[in-house]
Amino acid sequence: MTDSAICVENLGKRYKIPAQRPSTQPMLRDALTDAVRNAFDRFRILGRRASVSARPRHTHVWALRDVSFNVPRGQILGIVGPNGAGKSTLLKILSRITEPTEGRAEIRGRVASLLEVGTGFHPELTGRENVYLSGTFLGMKRAEIDRKFDEIIDFSGVATFIETPVKHYSSGMYVRLAFAVAAHLDPDILIIDEVLAVGDVAFQRKCLAKMEDVGRRGRTVLFVSHNMTAVTRLCERAILVAEGRIQKDGAASDVVSAYLLSSLSTTARRAWPDPGTAPGTDVARLRSVRVRTEEGTTADVVDIRRPVGLEIVFDVLQPGHILVPAFSLFTESAIVAFTTIDLDPEWRQRSRPVGRFVSTAWVPGNLLAEGTLLVSVGLAVHSPPVSHFFEANVVAFQVVDINEGDSARGDWDGNVRGVVRPLLQWTTELQLVPPDTELSPDPLLGARKYPQS
Amino acid sequence: MRNDTDTSLVAPRTPHREDSVPPASEHPLPRTIIQPSRGWAPLNLRELSEYKGILYFLIWRDIKVRYKQTVIGVAWAVIQPLMTMGVLAVFFGHLAKVPSDGVPYPIFAFAGLVPWTFFAYGVTQSATSLISSGQLISKVYFPRLLVPTARVLGGTPDIALSFLFLLGLCWYYGLRPSPVAMLLVPAFFVLALVTSLAVGFWLSALSAKYRDIQHAVPFLVQLGLFATPIAYPSSLVPERWRVLYGLNPMAGVVEGVRWALLGTDNPLGIAMLISAAAALTLFFTGAFFFRRMERTFADVL
Repeated sequence: MTDSAICVENLGKRYKIPAQRPSTQPMLRDALTDAVRNAFDRFRILGRRASVSARPRHTHVWALRDVSFNVPRGQILGIVGPNGAGKSTLLKILSRITEPTEGRAEIRGRVASLLEVGTGFHPELTGRENVYLSGTFLGMKRAEIDRKFDEIIDFSGVATFIETPVKHYSSGMYVRLAFAVAAHLDPDILIIDEVLAVGDVAFQRKCLAKMEDVGRRGRTVLFVSHNMTAVTRLCERAILVAEGRIQKDGAASDVVSAYLLSSLSTTARRAWPDPGTAPGTDVARLRSVRVRTEEGTTADVVDIRRPVGLEIVFDVLQPGHILVPAFSLFTESAIVAFTTIDLDPEWRQRSRPVGRFVSTAWVPGNLLAEGTLLVSVGLAVHSPPVSHFFEANVVAFQVVDINEGDSARGDWDGNVRGVVRPLLQWTTELQLVPPDTELSPDPLLGARKYPQS
Repeated sequence: MRNDTDTSLVAPRTPHREDSVPPASEHPLPRTIIQPSRGWAPLNLRELSEYKGILYFLIWRDIKVRYKQTVIGVAWAVIQPLMTMGVLAVFFGHLAKVPSDGVPYPIFAFAGLVPWTFFAYGVTQSATSLISSGQLISKVYFPRLLVPTARVLGGTPDIALSFLFLLGLCWYYGLRPSPVAMLLVPAFFVLALVTSLAVGFWLSALSAKYRDIQHAVPFLVQLGLFATPIAYPSSLVPERWRVLYGLNPMAGVVEGVRWALLGTDNPLGIAMLISAAAALTLFFTGAFFFRRMERTFADVL
């Protein structure tokens, strides 16, 4: 692999965690007492008193271990995995922010790392000043920023406020400006952590489009994301990192579906036990979402022929709102299969009292195609439109067909295309004429053909 | 809700085309090797100069932020030593009748306070610089030595301004320093700069790991004020102790400035060289110590 941009061999990172008092800073006092204690221990060994003293003062945790991979120049590599799997540690090592404990990596080319939104931004400084500051930290030369400045401001859409300190910006404007700088980086290798999770959808799309553009121009991109949609769309290849090791390396769609199906990823049920951090507003909060069978059990694998229930539990905290839950189902290649809106006549056009509501949408059997489906859920008031929460990809489930001949695939066991796979009724008529007889005229077509004569 | 259901963030993917990869560029790509380092690391001055853009912006940011939303702005650079001078002049000069090597006490004190204020500012700022830049350090790579360096250098406009004020004060008191002497003063300021950087490297590297240091810094600076001939002349120090006294590089700086500008006898003599040597030793050991500690910064900040 002479043309690889990144070459990683047996990379490992070990963190030392104080065993006795976790989460406190090491104090000079401890270093001093440790030194004294160590000297004392040594003295005891000399005095032939077997020293069992060493209650370990630290425990070691491997955040990353035996990680090896190669990224050819121009490839967009997605890195997926659960939280705390070591993805960010990997990016930090490759960005030279922290050193590995073992192993080696070789990087060919200029690297820019986007590990946070607005690297180097200072709230007291104006938008213009921050563009220069952030651009410099991300590796742009001053002349380069001068040249791209107008384009950056244009892309951000905050031109009017460019002389205002960014502490007065709305969070949306802040993010836009920050990304505008990032989107105009021109490195050989771009390392991106989960930074696209913020900002509004339209702007995210703009950034991703810009990034795709970057990839097409032959830039190498390392892209960590929990957004499987983005990973499958943007990356040709992905690696799955879990427990500090690479679990799978291959085509992005394979890796993503392996990840989604493993117990590592989103499961069929998700709950927010703490009302304080649950998504929502003062009006309503999301408490749990799950995928259920008719029998009431939570299921992450469902039979293609059986109905599947999408259940949402939410608390209404303020009376008097006409609240409508809805679900959207996405396939793993990020195509929306459909959106369903609560039409339960009982609560339609009726304001809800304070209380806990459990709503279930029933997806009939023989509707969805095989594959993994990701469920997004929202709760809104329709007029005037107010969204109380919207959570993307909260739960996932897999639709399987066990090929017993009574599903829509019939006796065919090859690939069946489509997002939905309804079991449609087919009818057949055998006409008692020889095969090469002229086709009988279409009755409707015939009627149109001679309307006036 | 109904406007919101579309979360597919991206346009359909265009398949990756082989021909879209540009040919290997004409100039070779920079190569970076990442591996665990052991022992003492070199200072890597070449890399430092590659990142001078970041140094410039760090300094610029510090200065800019410091004087945002202040009413009198840079006047603070003069007011601080001036007020201290007033207090010293009343209590030490007027009441305690501390000798001032034959020049008026106020200018005697002010000449010492100009480099001292710079040093005290540089040290307090740089000692906590890594902690306060923790966010930046854990998110982007650049040589970490630039962080305390920028904080110290951020004080240079202040020292320049208060130096001009000092010249005005000289003129007011009828002192006419020779042009040669004037050229020597910046040399002593450079020594003050080296000292500030040296102490800054040591304290910032230590405080990243041991947070105790940041509590000790204001106290250490206060002690330094008494161990440096600012309120009193070093001629008060017995002759045999002066070499030891010279180990404090700031003693050399202060006496040097007075000697060059006010024409006082330099009572430190040979101890001046000791001051310079001490500053350089502290500087290089500090820089290497910093480089050694550097690799753990992102993990402890």
